[in-house]
Amino acid sequence: MAFLELEALDKSFGATPVVRRFDLAIEKGEFVSLLGPSGCGKTTVLRMVAGFETPSSGAIRIDGRDVTGLRPNQRNIGMVFQAYALFPNLTVSQNIAFGLRVKRVGRAEREARVAEMLSLVGLAEFGGRYPFQLSGGQQQRVALARALAVEPQVLLLDEPLSALDAKIRVSLRDQIREIQRRLGITTIFVTHDQEEALSLSDRVVVMSEGVAQQVGPPFEIYSRPATRFVAEFVGRLNVIDAVAGEAGDGVLRTGDVEIALGRPVPPGPVTLAMRPEVIGVGRADGRDLVFRGRIEDVHFLGSVIRIETRLGSAPLFLDTFNRPDRPPPALGEIGEFSVAASDVMVLGPGGSAVKVR
Amino acid sequence: MRARVWSWAALAVGIIYFALPLIGTVEFSLRKRRGEYSFDAYRWVFEDPRFRETFSYSVVMALFTIAVGILIVVPTAYWVRMRYPRLRPLVEFITLLPLVIPPIVIVFGYIRLFNTSSVLPLTGTATGTNVLLMMGYATLSLPYMYRAVDTGLRAIDVRTLTEAAQSLGAGWGTILGRVILPNVLVAVLSGAFLTFAIVIGEFVMAALLNRPAFGPYLQLIGANRAYEPAALAVIAFAITWFCMGLIQLATHLSPHSRARRS
Repeated sequence: MAFLELEALDKSFGATPVVRRFDLAIEKGEFVSLLGPSGCGKTTVLRMVAGFETPSSGAIRIDGRDVTGLRPNQRNIGMVFQAYALFPNLTVSQNIAFGLRVKRVGRAEREARVAEMLSLVGLAEFGGRYPFQLSGGQQQRVALARALAVEPQVLLLDEPLSALDAKIRVSLRDQIREIQRRLGITTIFVTHDQEEALSLSDRVVVMSEGVAQQVGPPFEIYSRPATRFVAEFVGRLNVIDAVAGEAGDGVLRTGDVEIALGRPVPPGPVTLAMRPEVIGVGRADGRDLVFRGRIEDVHFLGSVIRIETRLGSAPLFLDTFNRPDRPPPALGEIGEFSVAASDVMVLGPGGSAVKVR
Repeated sequence: MRARVWSWAALAVGIIYFALPLIGTVEFSLRKRRGEYSFDAYRWVFEDPRFRETFSYSVVMALFTIAVGILIVVPTAYWVRMRYPRLRPLVEFITLLPLVIPPIVIVFGYIRLFNTSSVLPLTGTATGTNVLLMMGYATLSLPYMYRAVDTGLRAIDVRTLTEAAQSLGAGWGTILGRVILPNVLVAVLSGAFLTFAIVIGEFVMAALLNRPAFGPYLQLIGANRAYEPAALAVIAFAITWFCMGLIQLATHLSPHSRARRS
């Protein structure tokens, strides 16, 4: 049995359903991200686990114990908020000690625990400061230490990095993951940033309109998206409308270009999808689909060169690694590109919740 | 240039309007001894046992009123912000009622409701009347106290701080006492200061409930003596300003509130 179980959670605010039939089982020590655009219900799920919202129906179990009806302060969860939420009237040490004081932990043990937490988040020197004397990244580390000090069963992170600037965000992200691994604490992380979700998580839940679209490891989410929403939300995607021939033999047309996928495709209109990095410049072994296109734009991003071209009438992005011996192609040139037929995903018509492959 | 002249003129008028009566009062209070300035009027006031009695009575009443006001207003304002934001207009209306209902109406209502032949005969004993008077004071100070606390709550993220405390295991008492109250302390202090000023100067309620408060004493002296009322007024001003200074000091000494204002 999983450590944290969310079973058929439903939540409506008035007549508006926010979360629908949400099931999720999280193992002990697992790091799971809820990923989705704003308003998809991910934060509501997190707040139901924390106890700040009561599910309209469904159950939440932590370590086999049903906590659905318990108040937040009875649940033994740790939470980190986007806005830090440190107590402004308390010093860093007092903030971290807050939960321990509430639990009536003795002074000596409390002080030892606070010192341990401070060094865990690398702020050993900052115990006597007030929150306003710290930078955003430091405040969020204190918030993390405060949440962890009471040894919660589950750690909930509600977009903890969104208020920070880019550099701090990456370093704190790595620090959170490192601490989480070291303590082996079961963690739910809510974010709208796919890079955060993919880089941190054991598993990612992609949500849209209150529904879990796909649950899986980051590699699977990215490489084998279950629905068109997941395919388009996670990573960049080239989407091309095409028509499959009557023969059903995998020969498709888009504009005046013919593509032979070499696997059966039912006749009728289909959508093809390709990640920018599976398309290469020039021909290569294994990339059996070759097409030509005018180079419409070139973005030099340092390690990566992003090229914009067209396949038939559809715009197409491709990413290639920069190599010192090969300068980026010039604008207006006609280039030759190739892709492996197996890397071309076929999405059904309509596009909502259609299985790929 | 013209605009500047006018703004200086406006300032000057303002200063004269506020300062002149004050200077006049101070000057008059020093003239008890014929032909020279002296503190005779002040000496008389401080030597009058009734001054000490009534003043200390009012101070104690003010402190109780402040305590009761905080106990009523802070949780109410907090709950309205947290849980029932839709009730806010209603609660604000209620807190403003004491400004439109004259104290004399309130105190007559009290006397009718709590007289010796009522269910709760508060006016039957001195202690009961004191409690009644204190409740009346708390009502009078409600608009100021509520406004001050509500403004203080607006400056902090009440909801997130509450949720953070809850997730750390805190119950409502701990949240209010250790998280909310300390963070609105400056606002509470300014409300308390206003309450103090109201209670010290209040006349109608104390007089009609026949309690030995400072207000009725002021009136009594004012009706019977010449220079001493002026001295009393100056003393009252001094106390008020001293309180204001204390609040400034408190604001200045608490590090987190200093940061929040900058």
